[in-house]
Amino acid sequence: MTSGSVHINTDIKKKVSSFLVGSNKNRRFGDKLFHGLVFGTAAYTLFIIVIVVFSVGAGSIKIFSQEGFIGFVTGTAWNAVEGRESYGALPYIIGTLMSSGIALLIGVPMSMGVAYFLVEMAPSRVSGPLSFIIELLAAVPSIIYGLWALFVFRFLIKDWIETPLYNTLGSYIPFFNQAPFGLDVFTAGIVLAIMIIPIVSSISRDVMKAVPDSQREAAYSLGATRWETSRMAVFPYGKSGLLGASILGFGRAVGETMLVTLIIGNAIGPSAIPTTLFSQSQTLSSLIANEFNEASSDLQLSALIGLGAVLLIITMIINIGARIMVSRMVKVSPGGRE
Amino acid sequence: MITNSIISKIMSKFIKNSLVIVVMTSLLLTGVMTVSMSQRSFAQLLPKQMQTPGQTSINGAGATFPFPLIDTWRVEYQKVKPDVNINYQSIGSGGGVKQFTAKTVDFGASDAPLTAAERAKATNAVHIPETIGSVVAAYNIPGIPDKGLKLTGPVLADIFSGKIKKWNDPQIQSLNPDKKLPDANIVTVHRSDGSGTTFVWTSFLSKSSPQWNQTIGASKSVQWPSGVGAPGNEGVANAIKGSPNTIGYIELNYALNTKTPYAFIKNSAGKFVEPTLDTVKQAATDVASKGLPKGDASWEKVTLLNDKASGAYPIASFTYLLIPKDLGKSPNMNEAKAKALVDFIKWAITDGQNFSSKLGYVPLPDQVVKADQESLKSLTFNGKPI
Repeated sequence: MTSGSVHINTDIKKKVSSFLVGSNKNRRFGDKLFHGLVFGTAAYTLFIIVIVVFSVGAGSIKIFSQEGFIGFVTGTAWNAVEGRESYGALPYIIGTLMSSGIALLIGVPMSMGVAYFLVEMAPSRVSGPLSFIIELLAAVPSIIYGLWALFVFRFLIKDWIETPLYNTLGSYIPFFNQAPFGLDVFTAGIVLAIMIIPIVSSISRDVMKAVPDSQREAAYSLGATRWETSRMAVFPYGKSGLLGASILGFGRAVGETMLVTLIIGNAIGPSAIPTTLFSQSQTLSSLIANEFNEASSDLQLSALIGLGAVLLIITMIINIGARIMVSRMVKVSPGGRE
Repeated sequence: MITNSIISKIMSKFIKNSLVIVVMTSLLLTGVMTVSMSQRSFAQLLPKQMQTPGQTSINGAGATFPFPLIDTWRVEYQKVKPDVNINYQSIGSGGGVKQFTAKTVDFGASDAPLTAAERAKATNAVHIPETIGSVVAAYNIPGIPDKGLKLTGPVLADIFSGKIKKWNDPQIQSLNPDKKLPDANIVTVHRSDGSGTTFVWTSFLSKSSPQWNQTIGASKSVQWPSGVGAPGNEGVANAIKGSPNTIGYIELNYALNTKTPYAFIKNSAGKFVEPTLDTVKQAATDVASKGLPKGDASWEKVTLLNDKASGAYPIASFTYLLIPKDLGKSPNMNEAKAKALVDFIKWAITDGQNFSSKLGYVPLPDQVVKADQESLKSLTFNGKPI
């Protein structure tokens, strides 16, 4: 038995060593091929972004030369009537940032709460099924949330949140002073929040789970309470990951299209600037979705692609900003990994 | 022993190259999978009959408004001519005109006639009015559950530009002395997507109110000064039904299907007319009796808006099929296919009209059918009449 196993061992050794040493030529070929393939997959992403930037740039040249980049970004008119054409993106930039901002304000604290509960408090018999349900929710297509909001939820928001806010605060704070209709920036923000909560909370859960128990044990051993442990050990350790999860949620909210189109009220031109919380507005992507099919003039088409360019720039700024924030945080806490 | 060493040699060689082999196989597999998948998805794109020889398929694209009607034609025409398949993609009038101009489809469809600029690009386009659309002012006012609120063009223009803010405004109340209008803010609902319906509606408002014409104008999408935008006829109907004190514009058939109450509008003869298939047809009959342009001429001036006939509903419009005058110049076209296309349209404007009323579309008056038939006679294939 012993001799047999020794025999097998030497056999494997032989094979492995011949694989490792092999003929150098073959190994180099394999390496090169692998290198080439992996390089190809990496180059593919670069290739796509170049194509996107190129085609968006080429498509929007016309509008930028007509209105000027600054003029387009700060303009408020959106007039597609033949002979009076004039386009500006400002209302939709504000609409996009405001609806996504509301989503973030509501969604991130809730997601953190969900993740914290799952990782730190819930017994595994609860956290297992709950995590599964949250991941299930993250896979629901956003249009489902949109239709549900359009047919059911907007009436609840209007009757139970907006109308009381309007009645109590409307006459004192201009920000609440518009008779609510249910299809507005506020509703869009809430539904976007509901949409991003599953994804943000499931990533945050993974981040918090990755915090080593030794961190928690250290805090407990110093006599910290549960909350103090989280504040001093868990959150600082997972800071960059939690921020990343929030940014991901923000990115999804900014780019969301059909859900927003259904419930934001789709105002256009200067009236799309949300002056109150209950104003009708429009986002960059929802306006593109609304008008692209029937854009008859070349300038209107170019203006819509111009909105795409603005959206691309906003996304880029958000991502760069997030990277800077993350790198700063890591510098502040040298104990953190990454 | 010898066999053993040979096997191990082969094995070691195999292991040596296994990386390469794995990579190559996976590459090959991916290739095969992509090819087979792309073939399958390509095949799925085409209707089944298209892959069998001996079948003629005709491709069209354009307006969403006539889609239910054209789709019914597609099904019914299969029973008449089983060897002809109609494919119609409702991508919107703008898209229809674009594809028609680029000759990627055999026929286009548009709610608005081609403009001068569009006609310059798509030379020899022939307009065939195939049905009539009409737009109604649908509302949801507590206390007025039935259709029949009386409104005029100028009042509607003032409502949609935000000048008339309350339902009990004297301008509305004086038109409806028999109704008790609420002291509530009016919320207007408009289409958020570019649409032929918006074009017809804003054209009507522009004709009714000089101020609307100057400040806002008529287009497939305009800069609404206020109100809520909703996508599609369904979206607007839903927003109106779901919220009190709203008013919006939708196609007549959507108002009938969703049982949304709608207003009677004052026409040029001074009468308040209920939008029905009959009153819309009266407008079309009146316009056609005064003579329609030739198929390949400009149709920009043809309008059913504010027609002078005493019983005519004032907000209506033809919707058009677009065909090239010389079909021989289109790619993917042969004489047999050209004949099949013309035969289909001949059928659509005659027998096909029998399906209109049931779907809420207005059947073409005889004069329009005659004008269409003349236009179809003028079509050629490389100079030869079809």
